[in-house]
Amino acid sequence: MRTLKNQLTCATRALGSAMLLLGLAAAPALADASPSASPSDGASAPTSAGTSFRTATEFDQGQQATASASAGDYLYWSFPADAGQRPTVKATVKLPDTHASEVWQLDVYDGLRRRQSCQYGAQTRTAAPGTTSVELACVLRTVRAWSEPWANDPLPGTYYIRLTTVNLAASDLGLPVGAEVRVDSKDIGGAAAVDGSLAEPLVPGIAVKSEKKDDSSTASAVLSSIEPDDGWSSGWWTDRWVWTGIGAALAALAGIGGYALTRGTGRPRQVPPGA
Amino acid sequence: MITRQRLAVGACALLAALAAGIAVPAGAVADETTALAPKVNLLLDVSGSMRARDIDGQSRMAAAKQAFNEVLDATPEEVRLGIRTLGANYPGDDRKTGCKDTAQLYPVGPLDRTEAKAAVATLTPTGWTPIGPALLKAADDLNGGEGTKRIVLISDGEDTCAPLDPCEVAREIAAKGIGLTIDTLGLVPNTKLRQQLSCIAEATGGTYTSVEHTDELTDKVNQLVVRAADPVVTPVAVEGADGCANAPAVKSGLYTDREEFGRQRWYRVDVAPGQELRASVSVSADRAVNPDYGVLLRAVTTHGREIVRGEGNGTGRTDVISTGLRYPKAESDDEDESTAETVCLQVTNSFSAASGVKTVPGLPLELTVDLVDGPSKASDVASFGLGRGWWLLGTLILVGFLTGVLWGWISRWRVAVWRTN
Repeated sequence: MRTLKNQLTCATRALGSAMLLLGLAAAPALADASPSASPSDGASAPTSAGTSFRTATEFDQGQQATASASAGDYLYWSFPADAGQRPTVKATVKLPDTHASEVWQLDVYDGLRRRQSCQYGAQTRTAAPGTTSVELACVLRTVRAWSEPWANDPLPGTYYIRLTTVNLAASDLGLPVGAEVRVDSKDIGGAAAVDGSLAEPLVPGIAVKSEKKDDSSTASAVLSSIEPDDGWSSGWWTDRWVWTGIGAALAALAGIGGYALTRGTGRPRQVPPGA
Repeated sequence: MITRQRLAVGACALLAALAAGIAVPAGAVADETTALAPKVNLLLDVSGSMRARDIDGQSRMAAAKQAFNEVLDATPEEVRLGIRTLGANYPGDDRKTGCKDTAQLYPVGPLDRTEAKAAVATLTPTGWTPIGPALLKAADDLNGGEGTKRIVLISDGEDTCAPLDPCEVAREIAAKGIGLTIDTLGLVPNTKLRQQLSCIAEATGGTYTSVEHTDELTDKVNQLVVRAADPVVTPVAVEGADGCANAPAVKSGLYTDREEFGRQRWYRVDVAPGQELRASVSVSADRAVNPDYGVLLRAVTTHGREIVRGEGNGTGRTDVISTGLRYPKAESDDEDESTAETVCLQVTNSFSAASGVKTVPGLPLELTVDLVDGPSKASDVASFGLGRGWWLLGTLILVGFLTGVLWGWISRWRVAVWRTN
């Protein structure tokens, strides 16, 4: 009996330390409510915008991209978004002092040029005459690692931003405007961790790019060379491992507890002294 | 921006050549650079109206000259820059002669800043405004090479050479498929000029800017010249068929085509088992269209069964409407089915032309095809079927506890039975 008890304490200790380890590993994963994107060091924020999907200006999350343009231009930027992120796109348009009423709109498209819906945020806003700036925002859905081909869910890869006025008076056409865009994303973490993953992120031209890698002498422009600072996630790690691991450990402890309860403490009463 | 994936060796050789002033070594590299060099043609209106003194107190011509000088100083080394004028030479009243008055002031090629500036200095406001004919000539100036091509048109008055509508000229230039963009700048524009110049810009995917001050002019032209220096993927021209059977085969890459209002375009792609087809399509509105529109991209088997579709639609002023689809073809164990499947892509659009707008040539269509490895299949909603959350923990603890208690009772019962026996 004594040996069994010793064994039990030993097992409890081992489990306890395992739990502690797991808990330590879980701490950063569980505290996931903070914005994840950090301004990338080195690369400076772009000061111009593209005019089509093909020429969209690439920038990273956490950077503030600016552009000077004319009212009526279609301004395009692109940024990378990875699985588990929920990007928020914010744009500010600075208007000239005198202008008529203008309607500005922010659209986000994924790597397949499919329009992505905004969960919240003022995607379209009317600038009344005399207002000097318009602020637009779009909170996308959480990017998933995998979805069915028939679904329109956001997938890891390139995202395009299109900022334009969808309605303006002829007299305002061509007037100078300034634009600023910024993308930050919230890390949703394991709650959005789905099974399956894409072989390649949804980056346009990625098939052509990987072909060219073998034959570097013809390397030239690519449709999109976008990649997050720390690379695309492998899709293997999620905090679900921690939850499940802790769950298993707690279940084992509870099992031991339940077992111990039925045995009572000390020697069983039925056993006569000296047995 | 499409970042440069320049051949490091090429860039180094080019730099070395520039620094040393000798372009002899690495002839092949130099050839490649020339072929890919971006070309910009500045098209300047030198008509009589440029004399008006309403830009920062100086004449429009003086403002343009000042801006050109600054732009010439700031032009990136790799850009091949040319200058063409319109209405610079014929001061007379004969409309026919006046409407042919366009001349190449500085040929498109490596830039000699002093020479170009000297040429600009000679300009005096003179004649008519033949925008249409000048655009055609300017497009010819840019012929050849694989790099980006851009015309920057600076004008202060609408075309005086009707019936040749410069807007339609621009659309025809764009329809040639040489990937040329026309950006327009209006100096102190009136409504009519604004409309005409923005129509020209819209037809080729360019931008229109109104200019009231010299620094605005300088900044904008500079921005456009620098933009031309960004390398961009050149699409391959393809002509889609009106049915699947005779559709052209496409591989991974970027393609361009034209699609008329209410017509279909079909392409074929071979998808091997275990591959994923990604296709996206954009149809551009390069002319005035009604403000409600859409695009449909369908992946169809050769037997006409629809596999998957992408739809996009919108309302309001737009430059483009786009959509895309993914089709992962499952890996097959069967030997007979290991051959690639032919997937037909059908593109339709529901743009409608505004009244009085020509419907030919068709709207520009851009098709991106990527064939990549297929995704790994999801066997569960959650990642690896793992659990998460307090309910999971609660359940596991409860079940674990109950199992422990049960096990304890069973072993007690067994001990009791053993003892009684």
